[in-house]
Amino acid sequence: MRILVPVKRVVDPYAKVRPLPDGSGIDTGSLKFEINPFDEIAVEEAVRLREKGAATEITAISIGTAQVEEQLRKALAMGADKAILVESDAAWDSPAIAEELANVARELKPDLIIMGKQATDDDNNQAGQMLAAKLDWPQATFASKVEPVNGKLHVTRETDSGEETLELPLPAIVTTDLRLNEPRYIALPGIIRARTKPLEKRPASHSPSPKTRTLRVEPPPSRGAGKKVANVDELVAGLKERGVI
Amino acid sequence: MARLLLIAFQPHEGLQGAGFAQSFGMPFDVLNLTGEAPNDAGAERVLSANLAELPPADGLAKGLLAFAGGYSHVAAISSMLSKDVMARLAGLMDAAMVTDVIEADSPTVFKRPIVAGTVIATVEVLAEPVLLTVRPSGFAKPKVGGSSIVESVLIETASMAKRVSVVARAGTRPDLTRARVVVSGGRPLKDAETFESVIGGLADQLGGAVGATRAAVDNGIVPNELQVGQTGKIVAPDLYIAAGISGSTQHMAGIKDSKVIVAINKDPDAPIFEGADFGLVADLFDAIPELRAKLGTGE
Repeated sequence: MRILVPVKRVVDPYAKVRPLPDGSGIDTGSLKFEINPFDEIAVEEAVRLREKGAATEITAISIGTAQVEEQLRKALAMGADKAILVESDAAWDSPAIAEELANVARELKPDLIIMGKQATDDDNNQAGQMLAAKLDWPQATFASKVEPVNGKLHVTRETDSGEETLELPLPAIVTTDLRLNEPRYIALPGIIRARTKPLEKRPASHSPSPKTRTLRVEPPPSRGAGKKVANVDELVAGLKERGVI
Repeated sequence: MARLLLIAFQPHEGLQGAGFAQSFGMPFDVLNLTGEAPNDAGAERVLSANLAELPPADGLAKGLLAFAGGYSHVAAISSMLSKDVMARLAGLMDAAMVTDVIEADSPTVFKRPIVAGTVIATVEVLAEPVLLTVRPSGFAKPKVGGSSIVESVLIETASMAKRVSVVARAGTRPDLTRARVVVSGGRPLKDAETFESVIGGLADQLGGAVGATRAAVDNGIVPNELQVGQTGKIVAPDLYIAAGISGSTQHMAGIKDSKVIVAINKDPDAPIFEGADFGLVADLFDAIPELRAKLGTGE
């Protein structure tokens, strides 16, 4: 089984982000960038499938400027065999990303595409499903367990009310949720060693025409200053006054 | 043409979504996939598919495609289920999609939370049709009256993916996203048994649902479907009680539309207190039993 793992460069998911004063975007000035954590889980799962003998080759792919090489090198350090950087400084929304990845998938013919359920910057949760639709492949989103069974995949996925297991014929698309695995820690020497793995830079196969654009970003409305109560009696009195108990 | 199709994946979403659809000010139809949808919530037509079980996303999206033509907007209530299917449908339609809409400024301009709810983005859609998933708490309840034309429809459900097994959450508590009262706990609850007796006990006394933080889920104290926050369930109850929860941004993003938020935490500097209507600095293991005793008497 050959696996393609799309990864996205996102602003440090653990940093506190703020809108720029003019609302034109997020202030990323002093912040680090990382692999989208859900994509990191996807890379880890691909590497585990190879360690189990179920996968033969793992290709990581990303779309963006030369800076994205940093995240692809991380994927290589985790165990991906090679990487593709689709070089572009254009704005890519989910439909455009899905279109580009579909073109690459038609060329590389992977058996499995595994990627994050969403990116922690845009929180869209769209690209995997759109890609699956364009390729007409079955999908399992929000995966918490992936098991190869007789040439198919059994994917346990989280649902609104619990979980379910789907059997997917290959090729298929899986998007990862948090509980699928805990990605391995990669020390700096590992990242340096990954510098010798092949990373192909190529232009985009199409020029994206976004269907959406962000007009402005702003902080969420505040709920107002919190109020403290001294004890449980005051709390009960307050709740009665507000009519919620 | 300017016309909205509301897809109700679950029966109650017909009414939830009608609030959004009415505020949107466009004629709308409802495609109700399971059970009965209300026929007095302002829809011109209610199409009832009466599916016994929803097929996996690839089959369902293909089935829905036959109904989505002729609409400028196709919307559903935000859930894991609707995100799974609607984004695939958007891919089939080559359509724009806006996830987790909390406000509609116009038929093409929407507000939605991004970066775990720390930022609100205003997004413009540049092409029709557009698919939306909507968080209903930001929209008024629908006006009821009149009656829709009700039709039965047949949806194709053949899927490449096959459902092998389903594990549903057991229990009799109300649905987290629709409960009037939600009691949530964090990592200090230690284990499943403690969580159930302390948080579950208070929730049952109030007739409410139980929720949890991502930390509690990650520590295996509660199952994933109880997670409240930007990456879990979005809740908007009349009363939200957060016990032993520090108040991460992503958790706050999931509860901010609650009418009254109560925070019980030992740490007086926990960020949860900034967003709470009533903050009690106390050990939850003392405060909750006391609260339960005082709620139980004196009525």
